[in-house]
Amino acid sequence: MSGEGQQQKTKKKDSPQRLRDGKLRTDITKKAEKLKEDIDRIIEEIDEVLEENAEEFVKNYVQRGGQ
Amino acid sequence: MAIKKVMGTETEYGIFIRNSYDLDLISQCILVVNSYRPEQLCKLLWDYDLENPLVDARGFKVEGVVDTPSQKDNMALNKVLPNGARYYVDHAHPEYSTPECTNPRDVVIYEKAGEKILMISRHNANSILPRDQQILIYKNNSDQKGNSYGSHENYLMSRDTPFQRIKEKLIPFLVTRQIYAGSGKVGSENNTDEVDYQISQRADFFETDVGLDTMVKRPIINTRDEPHADREKYRRLHVIVGDSNMSEYTIYLKLGVTAIVLKMIEDDFIKKEPSLKDPVRALKDISRDPSCKLKVPLEDGRSLTAIEIQKIYLELAHSYFQGRALDPIEKDILDKWEYVLKELEYDPMQLDRHIDWIIKRHLITSYMSKKGCSWKDPRVLMIDLQYHDIREDKGLFYLLQKEGKVERIVREEEIIHAIDNPPQDTRAYFRGMCIKKYKNEVFGVNWDSISFNIGEQSIKRILMAEPLKGTKSHVYELIENSATARDLVNYLSS
Repeated sequence: MSGEGQQQKTKKKDSPQRLRDGKLRTDITKKAEKLKEDIDRIIEEIDEVLEENAEEFVKNYVQRGGQ
Repeated sequence: MAIKKVMGTETEYGIFIRNSYDLDLISQCILVVNSYRPEQLCKLLWDYDLENPLVDARGFKVEGVVDTPSQKDNMALNKVLPNGARYYVDHAHPEYSTPECTNPRDVVIYEKAGEKILMISRHNANSILPRDQQILIYKNNSDQKGNSYGSHENYLMSRDTPFQRIKEKLIPFLVTRQIYAGSGKVGSENNTDEVDYQISQRADFFETDVGLDTMVKRPIINTRDEPHADREKYRRLHVIVGDSNMSEYTIYLKLGVTAIVLKMIEDDFIKKEPSLKDPVRALKDISRDPSCKLKVPLEDGRSLTAIEIQKIYLELAHSYFQGRALDPIEKDILDKWEYVLKELEYDPMQLDRHIDWIIKRHLITSYMSKKGCSWKDPRVLMIDLQYHDIREDKGLFYLLQKEGKVERIVREEEIIHAIDNPPQDTRAYFRGMCIKKYKNEVFGVNWDSISFNIGEQSIKRILMAEPLKGTKSHVYELIENSATARDLVNYLSS
C-alpha cells in the first residue's frame, strides 16, 4: 500500500502535464483575480453602510456593564 | 450514563440611540422589549418565587437580598414568547434567552430567531421615535471602553456529577476553546496589556478561576446553582466565559463541542486533564495570539498551545464514542471540530468563512490594506462594532452572509418559523403552546412553572421540573383537547 502511495505522490509531483499546463495556471490566476474583485466590492459596500463620522460614533457608544 | 444535554443561550445586547438626550439606557431597553408584539403575546408576570440566584454550587448559600420588581414593573420588564423564549430587560440591556433545546443546531435556530425578534422590536420602537433619534442594537460584548455585557450558555447536568470535577476538567477546555469560539475585538480593555486585535471579546474581563459573580470579578467557572429544574436530580451549568457570536458555524461548534466535553465529564471519562498553571493568564494570553502558536504553561511543567490542548479533548472524545451511541449531530460536531483544529494549525485565516474572530479579522485587514489605515483608525473600530449590528441591511456580518461569504448551518425558513413556534422536544413546547392558546388565562411563568388564573380564588401553578417532559409527544393531545386553561388544569389535577 505504502509503495503505491509513494508512486502516486511521485507521479503527482513530477507530472509534466501539471507543470506545463498553462490552463491550470490561468485558472489559479483567474481565481485570485475573482477573490480580489470580491474583496474590493465588499470594501466598497462597507464604505456605503459604515456609520458616518466613525470617530464621534465610536466615542459615544457607551454601555453600562452587564453580566 | 451522561444525561441528555438540554441547552440554551442568553444574550445581552448593546443598545444605543443616536442623538438622544432624554432617554436613559434603561428606558431605551424597556421601549425596545415592549415594542415586540406578536399576536399571542400576553401580559404576564415572571414568577420569581422559585428563583434563588444566590445559591452556590459549591454547597453554600450567599448572604444577600435579591431584588424582585413590583408587579407593574415585572410586566414591563419581562416577556415570555410563543416560541418558549424569555425576552426581558436585564440591568441596562435587552436580553433574550432561547427556549430549552436538545441539540446545538436548534440553539443556532433559536438564537438567530432572537436576533430577528430584536430587529422587529427595534423597527417598532423606532417608528415612535423622532426620525433623527434611531435605536441601534449590537450583538457583541463590550463598548470598547471597559464595559462588558454577557453571552451565557446553559447546560443541564446530573446532580451526581461533583462540582469539583466539573471545575477541574472543564477549565482547560473553556480557556482554550476561544480559538474557534471567539468573536474577535480590536484593542484591549480593563487595564490589560495592549494589543491590536484579539481573539476574544470577553477575555479582558475575567479575573478569577471560580466564583458566583457575573458582573464584577468575573470567574471562568460560574458557581450559580439555580437548576430551574428538579434540584435533587439536576444542575444547570452556567457558562459565562463565551462571546456573543454572529456566525452560525461558530455558535453550533461552541455549543456542540462543549456539550460533548460535559458528557465525558459526567461519565468521569477524563482521567487526566491538561491542568493550566494560571488559567486567567492563559485566557488573556491565548486571546492575544491570532497565530494560535503560543504555548501556555501546564501544572505538570509542560507547555502546550491552545490547539494542542483542544486536541487532547478531541482525542478523548473519539475514544469516548467508541462503543457509545453517537447521534448525527454529534458526529457532525466531531468532524467539524477536527477540521477546524487542523485548519487552525495550518493557517487560521483559512477559516475566514467559519469562525467569527477570523471572519472579522479578514474583513478588517482587507479594509486596512486597501485604505492604508492602521488598527487605531476610527473606521476600524467602527467595523469592529458594526460587524455585530443586527440590521440586515447595515450589519457587516449580514452583509457578508448576503454575499455568500460565510458558512451557514441552518435554513432561513427554520429561523423564521422559530420566531413564533417552540422546539418540540423539551418543556418549552408546553410553555410556548400555553402562551399561544391560553394567553388570557396565563398569570405567571418561570422556566420550571406556569400558572393560570382560571377565575377561581387561587392561582393554579403547574410545575415543570423535568426539562424533557411537556414535549409535543407528551402534551399535544392534552392541549388539543383542552379548549381553555381551566380544562387543562382540571385535566392535570384529576
